[in-house]
Amino acid sequence: MKGYLGIDVGSVSTNLVFMDENGEIREAIYLRTRGQPIFALQEGLRQLAERLPANTIVRGVGTTGSGRYLAGIIAGADVVKNEITSHAVAASTLVPGVQTILEIGGQDSKIIILRNGVVTDFAMNTVCAAGTGSFLDQQAARLNIPIEEFGKLALKSTVPVRIAGRCAVFAESDMIHKQQMGYSLPDILAGLCEALVRNYLNNVGKGKEILPPVVFQGGVAANAGMRRAFEQALGLEVHVPPHYNVMGAVGAALLAREKMAGGGTSRFRGFGVAKTRFKAGGFECENCPNLCEVVEITREGEVIARWGDRCGRWSNSLGYQENAV
Amino acid sequence: MKVTFPHMGHMWICLSAMLEYLGVEVVVPPPTSKRTLTLGARHAPEFACLPLKLNLGNFIEAAERGADTILMAGGCGPCRFGYYAQVEHAILEDLGYNYRLVVMEPPQKHVGELLSKIKYITGHSSWWEVIRGIRFGYQKARMVDELERRAHYLRPRESHRGSTDKAFKRALQEIIAVKHPRDLPQAGERVRRIMAGVAIRPRPVLRVGIVGEIFTLLEPFANHDLERRLGYLGVQTDRSIYLSEWVNDHLFLGLVRGLRSRKEACRAAPPYLNHFVGGHGQETVGSTVMYARQGYDGVIQLLPFTCMPEIVAHSVLPGLSTGLGIPTLTITVDEQSGEAGLVTRLEAFIDLLARKKGVV
Ligand code: SF4
Repeated sequence: MKGYLGIDVGSVSTNLVFMDENGEIREAIYLRTRGQPIFALQEGLRQLAERLPANTIVRGVGTTGSGRYLAGIIAGADVVKNEITSHAVAASTLVPGVQTILEIGGQDSKIIILRNGVVTDFAMNTVCAAGTGSFLDQQAARLNIPIEEFGKLALKSTVPVRIAGRCAVFAESDMIHKQQMGYSLPDILAGLCEALVRNYLNNVGKGKEILPPVVFQGGVAANAGMRRAFEQALGLEVHVPPHYNVMGAVGAALLAREKMAGGGTSRFRGFGVAKTRFKAGGFECENCPNLCEVVEITREGEVIARWGDRCGRWSNSLGYQENAV
Repeated sequence: MKVTFPHMGHMWICLSAMLEYLGVEVVVPPPTSKRTLTLGARHAPEFACLPLKLNLGNFIEAAERGADTILMAGGCGPCRFGYYAQVEHAILEDLGYNYRLVVMEPPQKHVGELLSKIKYITGHSSWWEVIRGIRFGYQKARMVDELERRAHYLRPRESHRGSTDKAFKRALQEIIAVKHPRDLPQAGERVRRIMAGVAIRPRPVLRVGIVGEIFTLLEPFANHDLERRLGYLGVQTDRSIYLSEWVNDHLFLGLVRGLRSRKEACRAAPPYLNHFVGGHGQETVGSTVMYARQGYDGVIQLLPFTCMPEIVAHSVLPGLSTGLGIPTLTITVDEQSGEAGLVTRLEAFIDLLARKKGVV
């Protein structure tokens, strides 16, 4: 089998997909990053190699997410793209004609506006709409319901309670208050979903024209309560695509295919890198008062990449030129 | 008297040239760095904007090098900048610094007001000399601006990553080293030759206009080296205000002819923004309109967090952007700004422009 590898290394999760030449997603892996992006990536590659047939050929690799440069160096990427472009490419391929993408992950929220298949506008969370995914996880844990049940329970609600959702601290104390007043759990959960959707639309979606078809993706899209809250707030149908929680990786794979369409060999280092010893280290440069925190990636003890310096003193010393679009 | 002033990009080069030519002892603050920001943010009110914090840090660091007099611009209108000089001075006094303060208010009707302030600092210089000194500083500003424009052109086209910046640094030294107006033309020649040595290769580039609040436009530390980053992403930038234009508009009352001026920008702003809103709010809107008309691929607006005039402009941009079909991106900076978020937004914005134009 031949195909393309898409890798999305985020602060919360690390996702990998393998897409065959027809654009079919053959394998998808979702792992927690747990603050160890290199380890998560290597683990992901190891699992992927196990699941794929032995004669698999990787024709191109794309990386995205906040760890895209790191992942690009370790895996040997042909294309390194930001998460907004990757998500947009994935959504518009899976849902042709999409005009609005609502994306809520563990730590990040964003909205992407497309017209005629081209991104025309986007916004990422301001501080307050960040961490919606983590907040839902926390609340589910506090109420002692499995996160998978959260959405189903919320859908049972007939009269959602109004929760003050401006910030997580208010929302939590208001929920506790409403529980004590005796409201039913489904009504409270549905109310929370509505509050988070309001918050998202006010902070991230502010000033944007939300036209259908609307796609809702990212880990939080699993929550049926959130989906219904969006549909009610927008008065529009909201689609959740099949690979909603690995769309960044899907986009990266699609971008890799686009990049390699003209031919050429992939820079992929092979699945063997799962066994190579990589280390991300770093130091504070004391050469000037900027005190830059320089990140340093070593492979088997040899420095292969550096970044984080304002002046180029360290990054240019290796002739490292990965950050071109 | 040892005179210092806040950093704003390369402004220090022309200010020192002028003052030193007039025999004033100058203490240039160390280049704005993380330390400057830390010092400034520690002692400034939290909700003051980034320029105040960086100014304050500059003054504290300059005092460490013996400065005792601050030369600072004033201002008027709904923007807080007008009383920054006073506020900063008061904070410095509370911290135990003994600074003398000289504020150059923008002249209301006559350039003579400005001349007399400069004459006050230089003391014994004749009027004629003062004018020559100002002219010297101003010529350097023009040269530096020219150099920057050249760098904006070269960066996205350079064959070797970093070669423009290397040449730029060397060329800047040539300008800095000039001590007398008569040596400027030869220095100009050398600068041109240095920049001509940067190898380029033809490739499609995007053109992006940068608008917004003057300090964040001019000070690379405040805007995270925006222009350089964009250059590396394959973008040729143009800044809506360069130092020499700003000086001409605000201190010389437009005396120098043939320069781009704020008046054109303000004229282009209606119907999106019909009146003065303080700071450079109206210019931001007007310049965006002008960039759209000139066929630029996009516009980036820069502002310090809580900057009122730019917030007004920001609220006008979405309508303008749809109306004229030019994508805009707003970047707000303060001492909390993270680099990763900025990079992602920039890359996404540039991708958007590239895909729209079909130059991926
Ligand atoms: S890397 Fe460069 S800018 Fe950063 S602290 Fe070192 S010398 Fe200064």
